[in-house]
Amino acid sequence: MTNKNTPDDKNKRDFLQVSTYALGAVGAASFVWPLINQMNPAADTLALASTEVDLEQLEEGQAITVTWRGKPVFIRHRTKEEIASAKDQLLDGLRDPQTDDERVQNEKYIVLVGVCTHLGCVPLGQKSGDIKGEYGGWFCPCHGSHYDHSGRIRKGPAPTNLEIPQYSFLSDTLIKIG
Amino acid sequence: MSKPKFKNPVVNWIDYRLPIFTFMNHELNEYPTPKNLNYFWNFGSLAGITLVIMIVTGIVLSMNYTAHIDYAFDSVERIMRDVNHGWLLRYIHMNGASFFFIVVYIHIFRGLYYGSYKAPREILWILGVLILLLMMATAFMGYVLPWGQMSFWGATVITNLFSAIPLVGESIVTWLWGGFSVDNPTLNRFFSLHFVLPFVIVGVVILHLVALHRFGSNNPIGIDVQGKQDTIPFHPYYTIKDLFGLSVFATIFAAAVFFFPNFMGHPDNYIPANPMVTPAHIVPEWYFLPFYAILRAIPDKLGGVLFMFGAIMVLFVLPWLDKSSVRSSQFRPLYKLFFWFLVIDCIALGYLGAMPAEGIYVVLSRLATAYYFFHFLIILPLLPKIESTRPLPVSISTPIITASSNASTVMAMREKK
Ligand code: HEM
Ligand code: FES
Repeated sequence: MTNKNTPDDKNKRDFLQVSTYALGAVGAASFVWPLINQMNPAADTLALASTEVDLEQLEEGQAITVTWRGKPVFIRHRTKEEIASAKDQLLDGLRDPQTDDERVQNEKYIVLVGVCTHLGCVPLGQKSGDIKGEYGGWFCPCHGSHYDHSGRIRKGPAPTNLEIPQYSFLSDTLIKIG
Repeated sequence: MSKPKFKNPVVNWIDYRLPIFTFMNHELNEYPTPKNLNYFWNFGSLAGITLVIMIVTGIVLSMNYTAHIDYAFDSVERIMRDVNHGWLLRYIHMNGASFFFIVVYIHIFRGLYYGSYKAPREILWILGVLILLLMMATAFMGYVLPWGQMSFWGATVITNLFSAIPLVGESIVTWLWGGFSVDNPTLNRFFSLHFVLPFVIVGVVILHLVALHRFGSNNPIGIDVQGKQDTIPFHPYYTIKDLFGLSVFATIFAAAVFFFPNFMGHPDNYIPANPMVTPAHIVPEWYFLPFYAILRAIPDKLGGVLFMFGAIMVLFVLPWLDKSSVRSSQFRPLYKLFFWFLVIDCIALGYLGAMPAEGIYVVLSRLATAYYFFHFLIILPLLPKIESTRPLPVSISTPIITASSNASTVMAMREKK
């Protein structure tokens, strides 16, 4: 072993050094990922239950709030006037343009996730005595977002319409959310 | 062994092997400190003591607290009613958070008034702003723990701020929650982080002190120490002054804990969290109100979030926004005026943050927000160009020694750039 520092040796050492760093970085990253990912929803949280709701008792003009995924879901049996006002709205006046037809399966019932799309408060408007805002639908008191009869954002800081959850009608008056 | 430094042989034996006593003597005893510090220089040590109080009461509270959505509220009520002295420990911790912010805010405005953020103390200042951020995160997560209505809705609104981030916002919020709403996984992780962050703060405070002791304290006239004649040893002069300040502080703190423990809190937080009903008027703790006002002043979701964080980010770059080489307001007549405008502006923002977001309050919030940024981004950089500063004393000692005879005070005119 009469080795001096030949150029070959230097290349070999550079290679070993670079590959050690690279492998170390990959190793560290693959350990950090589990640390981060453990904070994402766990399997049991993801296995969401669905909620079935019977709308038989829900009279015209009434609303109920049910829980789905830990969040309130608003179901409202709209009056003729409310349906008409939701349908008459021209799209160019809207911040998040959607027709009423795109937002309902049966125009009598509007189903919405009852979470303001601004910062997550539950808007008022479900109870008969509630403030319903300037557009008659829902009003979020936290920072003043007004929603119309279709749950569309009309005024205030919220960027988008109230979300529509996944749901289907099992019969005329039985609805399954989720 | 070199000549013994300390009288006690045991101390000497240890110090030779672990120079902890030399260190303490150097940094806490003989540490040369400008001799003209006023009472605004008490707030650093007060902040440190408050941090210790928070950690001690926090550790004992956590021995009785249960981080689960079904038990958290009741476990805090049990602390209040059944645990021996639990009411005292909780009220100290709860009010301690408010007093911590009072002390730190005064400490920060002291720095603004006397120009303590200027060279060579930029890193010292930046570490301070970092401590403020960590305190805010800690206090926010602590407030969630009792799981009252304000805890829940505060957590919901603040975590939702991140949903404003384009593309990845929603995924980040889900990640923060560990679910699809603020729920048990959220409470668990907040407890874990609330427990550990104060110790991270301790680490940053140590760095803050290392940076402080590199050049020593700034002082009310803002000029550098020029030699021994300008300083006095920390002990006993400032230890006694700090102790006196501490006793005044402790008296006020105790008055709050014993007589008005819920004055700075919100009654809605004594209602258990209900994910189905948002309280009619949600407000954060008072120390977040100015930032909350800025958030609501901007009529756009992402914009509001950016401006709110921006309000703290400008503090990080403050040393480079204010280019004037004169530190203390005492010699900067215009800066002094604008300093007080800023104080009024911040108090106004605090008031507006507590008011409902409608009508005149919205307009005023927008004006106050605009002025806040105007101060830091426009006024401060422009000021040195138009301000004629007053002549600086030659040294810290000069005006003190010759206080009575102005004529003999040698003034050095600062050349204007
Ligand atoms: C920077 C220091 C700290 C701040 C600013 C802070 C702030 C807070 C706040 C605002 C609350 C809510 C009080 C209430 O309304 O009931 C709280 C609760 C709590 N904190 Fe801290 N805290 C700090 C340090 C700690 C530490 C170090 C621990 C544990 C080692 C801790 C453990 C707790 C526990 C168990 C609660 C729940 C009991 C309660 O709500 O009174 N805290 N904290
Ligand atoms: S959360 Fe509804 S307006 Fe802000």
